[in-house]
Amino acid sequence: MMNGTETETEDGTKRSRSLLRFAAPQVFYPIAGRLAPWFAWLAAGLCVAGLWIGFFVAPTDFQQGEVYRVIFIHVPAAWMSMFIYLIMAFWAAVGLVMNTRLSFMMAQALAPTGAMFCFVSLWTGALWGRPTWGTYWVWDARLTSQLLLLFLYLGFIALTQAIEDSRRSDRAGAIIALVGAVNVPIIYFSVQWWNTLHQGASVSLTRAPSMASTMLVGMLLMALAAWAYTFAVSFWRVRSLILERERHTEWVAAELDEQEARA
Amino acid sequence: MQWTSWSAFWDMGGAGPFVWGSYAVTAVLVALELFFVLRRRKETVRRLSRLRRVVPSAIEPGGAVKERIE
Repeated sequence: MMNGTETETEDGTKRSRSLLRFAAPQVFYPIAGRLAPWFAWLAAGLCVAGLWIGFFVAPTDFQQGEVYRVIFIHVPAAWMSMFIYLIMAFWAAVGLVMNTRLSFMMAQALAPTGAMFCFVSLWTGALWGRPTWGTYWVWDARLTSQLLLLFLYLGFIALTQAIEDSRRSDRAGAIIALVGAVNVPIIYFSVQWWNTLHQGASVSLTRAPSMASTMLVGMLLMALAAWAYTFAVSFWRVRSLILERERHTEWVAAELDEQEARA
Repeated sequence: MQWTSWSAFWDMGGAGPFVWGSYAVTAVLVALELFFVLRRRKETVRRLSRLRRVVPSAIEPGGAVKERIE
């Protein structure tokens, strides 16, 4: 704990060798700025490749016809919405234990992207459900728990933005992130635990995937694109958060001067 | 290649509105998020720079401490 607070107050010349030095907003800010464009281009490239395979290489599904092609965004978006929530909960826990401000900022930078992916999974699921199940929506365990995830994201965003004092808003958000994380395994295993209309997992670590390999490749490329996109957007967002919160420091003053000179 | 023509591609075996409705909304949301994130960056820099000129005490080193004392 001491180590964490020490590295945060250090100036750039006296860097600790531990990994914790990356927890200093001042150290992470330029790294995030340098990495974000690379992740953005990587995301764009993976997305183009994934969509090409998804639409032009992957065969027609013998049961569902062409409508299954929604899968190339539906599944990656759903995965990402769950991953991001777990990563938020992880950063919230790190922030509470180590008292590192950057962890809380990272959690807040991830939330809007997680909410976006969560909404996309529900939206694409509804449009996929209509032609295959005959309904846009059904209150089954998978869909309901995913809707709850969206509300958890929105609750986290609303709460952290409503509280002015950043220390209190960080803590309040961290509690929602940690408590809400219980919902993620419920979403994931809902198709096994309950008898749901939603189909079971098409991809798992223990079984061979129940889909054509080109479909799988397209879906995995889109999942990687979603990861790269999340890195890019959350890094850009956390940079704004860092500037806000560190605005009283010398290095932010220097950064603002530099930005103004460039503009 | 699965498609005999572009119209077959857009038709998606009759599921066109569902497939393209999914992709279009996702593309719009991603574009909007990118727009808002990059705009927020610009606005943050602009606002903090202005704040520094107008009320230096609110932002200069030691300013935060001073605020708390007052």
